[in-house]
Amino acid sequence: MRAFADLLDRLSLTSSRNAKLTMVRDYLRATPDPDRGWALAALTGELSFDAVKPAFIRKAVEARMDPQLFAWSYDYVGDLAEAVSLVWPAQPGANREPDLSEVIEGLRTATRAEAQGRIEAWLDALPQARERWALLKLVTGGLRVGLSARLAKQATADLGDVPVAEVEELWHALRPPYEDLFAWLEGRSEKPSSANPARFRPAMLAQAIDEAVDFGKLDPTAYAAEWKWDGIRVQAAHEGGQRRLYTRTGDDISRTFPDILDALTDDGVIDGELLVIRDGKVAPFADLQQRLNRKTVDARLMAAFPAAIRAYDLLQEGAHDMRPRPFVERRRRLEAFVARQASPRIDLSPVQPFATWAELAALRARPPEGDPQIAEGLMLKRWDSIYEAGRPKGPWFKWKRDPFLVDAVLMYAQRGHGKRSSYYSDYTFGVWTQDAAGQRSLTPVGKAYFGFTDEELLAIDKFVRDNTVERFGPVRSVRAEPHHGLVFEVAFEGLQRSTRHKSGVAMRFPRIHRIRWDKPPGEADEIAALERLLVQMEGR
Amino acid sequence: MIRPQDLLCPRPEGLYCAPGDFYIDPVRPVDRAVITHGHADHARAGHGAVLATPETLEIMGERYGLDFAGARQAAAYGQPTTRDDVEVTLVPAGHVLGSAQAVVRWKGLTMVVSGDYKRRRDPTCPPFEPIPCDVFISEATFGLPVFRHPDDREEIARLLRSVAQFPERSHLVGAYALGKAQRIIRLLREAGWDQVIHVHGALERLNALYGRHGIELGPLEPATTARKADFAGAIVIAPPSALQDRWSRRFPDPVGAFASGWMQIRARARQRGVELPLVISDHADWDELTATVEELRPGELWITHGREEALARWATLHDIPARALALVGYEDEGDD
Repeated sequence: MRAFADLLDRLSLTSSRNAKLTMVRDYLRATPDPDRGWALAALTGELSFDAVKPAFIRKAVEARMDPQLFAWSYDYVGDLAEAVSLVWPAQPGANREPDLSEVIEGLRTATRAEAQGRIEAWLDALPQARERWALLKLVTGGLRVGLSARLAKQATADLGDVPVAEVEELWHALRPPYEDLFAWLEGRSEKPSSANPARFRPAMLAQAIDEAVDFGKLDPTAYAAEWKWDGIRVQAAHEGGQRRLYTRTGDDISRTFPDILDALTDDGVIDGELLVIRDGKVAPFADLQQRLNRKTVDARLMAAFPAAIRAYDLLQEGAHDMRPRPFVERRRRLEAFVARQASPRIDLSPVQPFATWAELAALRARPPEGDPQIAEGLMLKRWDSIYEAGRPKGPWFKWKRDPFLVDAVLMYAQRGHGKRSSYYSDYTFGVWTQDAAGQRSLTPVGKAYFGFTDEELLAIDKFVRDNTVERFGPVRSVRAEPHHGLVFEVAFEGLQRSTRHKSGVAMRFPRIHRIRWDKPPGEADEIAALERLLVQMEGR
Repeated sequence: MIRPQDLLCPRPEGLYCAPGDFYIDPVRPVDRAVITHGHADHARAGHGAVLATPETLEIMGERYGLDFAGARQAAAYGQPTTRDDVEVTLVPAGHVLGSAQAVVRWKGLTMVVSGDYKRRRDPTCPPFEPIPCDVFISEATFGLPVFRHPDDREEIARLLRSVAQFPERSHLVGAYALGKAQRIIRLLREAGWDQVIHVHGALERLNALYGRHGIELGPLEPATTARKADFAGAIVIAPPSALQDRWSRRFPDPVGAFASGWMQIRARARQRGVELPLVISDHADWDELTATVEELRPGELWITHGREEALARWATLHDIPARALALVGYEDEGDD
């Protein structure tokens, strides 16, 4: 348990992706089966216990110490699992410290009442607060240590020096504690079979096109173009009586979208975009968000936010793996396949005809009728491309539409982490509002922490230090006055209404596009400009 | 009938002894002061006369210059001095080099002012010495049951594991300049780390002072001379504030570590951007505080500063009358 607890502890305080990879990889290397497999299952969200409720933990600790002292402790720490892990009194002569697999097996085989007793006994036996904290995270569901399932799979793949796609394709055929997977990755056995029905196929991704270079080299007749719809990329599989819906990283989200899976009547696997579609029209991304991240879904929600797949590709048809076939053939078969499903829940992403790159540029400037946000841009796919996992250079490109731009004023800066730990590198910026009396003030509209070079970061950091008004922990407020301050040209992909932001708008993917050292803050944009844009986006 | 408050009572300047006319750790300049240890919030410059251990006087001289007080009187551990009818004896507190409790005796009454203290082993100073007393006046910096410091050797082992895991990065350990920094260095040496340890300039004089008192710190170098690449795999010790300072830019992709009892609380670590919290403190944790009170079983417990509410409640639940003095001016450990 100690190694697992140390891993969770370090992960939760580390922001660098590479450092996290190293930590998980080293853990998997050093930890024996079956502990490491159970840990991997926990890290990838495959194991989720809700063996006990917070109220039970609170009661258990209050039976062991003065409730008033616990109340002050909890109040001070602010997190129940952490507070309990710290105050839990040592139990002299308690049982041997349990290892991770003992805990997991113990929970899997226990009734709810038994689980409670076991958890108390383990808390007594674990000598370190860090271990008790890890146990409580594990038994209350959701580790939330800032590690994606994909990163955990990447670390696993690194053990055997294989591409992560191979692990992803196998993933849904495997069961924790994954001893067969580790045996293969360490060269001790054959690759486990991935032939389970409706498994996830690792997704093919596109490179961003370099307009200046690529168009000069590419032949327009070799490529198909279609809109890059702005939803969630998914894969829907129906095989051997099994129906599954996956995100592009292989997370199984079937339970949230039964309406879509019901529509998939033929055996096959399609790649497409998950959207909310009403009467053939795509709804804003915010509508789709109403359906995401839910464990279950009811009829009311399905009727209010009807989800659908706009199909891009066909990976499997009946018994035939279509991935080695060229796109032109897959596309022809896809059209027939979608037609056979005959459901408004599955439609086709239309191919956009064009003859020259100039024609395509004109198309990109005129996104689908009425709505600048429906499509994030265009996709280009070579007609002869096979479907290969990962992001190969050449067969597929994405050509994003130009971002929206706004001139905003730097208001607050926060220190970053790791390489940036001494730099003020996270910026909150705002635009001008006017009150009834005509008084202008800045209202924050977003945060960004990339889009600038290292040299620019140095210059902004100096500006922040030289113009600090107030400090709050790692945050500084900086001078932001009509004639003194720093203006950023901020690029973003879209706008949504938001009740969480004081300004009432939230930006998607904001980043610093340009630093306007030359521009007086008084000339930055007003909130009205964003509101107009919002109305334009909604009014389709 | 002699009451404890006739001997010691809180005043805005600090804890005052009327019969002996002196203050203990006053936060403003006074005529006569007894200083328990050299941390800046307890040992201030500008008093008329100061009584302290020789080590503490030396630390104050190093920090403020030799004219930090009108007169200096050294009292070795266990050697009583008498002022009027009042006898003052300094005994080890186990906090930092030279740190002492002040044992104050008068007309058959014994009161012990703990100063800051801890009960576990520290290779850089003698251990806390429990003195039976009528009134024990304790600090309570970590006076909440959530503060239970782990074994410091475990924490040092975690640091060394991280150094081994990320050989291309440097490890920057924030540690209070007096006491904590030297203890960390000693613990690293005891754990077998015999390489050069790089230190921030602000630590050099105190490191040298510890060296003069026989605390072997091994090979140290200023963290200024090497090139960036030379710091790969290095351990660097610096005052906590330097971690977020531009000073830290000379290091390659540093892992920010911070040695403090506050690092027990994850939100504190996160807030400061600390990637590797090391729970190492020079203060008594909850278990040490309560065990000390239990061991001494004083007639009364007075609590000077920290989270006095919880410790007072604990004492009351254990039938020891307790009282919070709410003295102001003492800082939380390394909480700059």
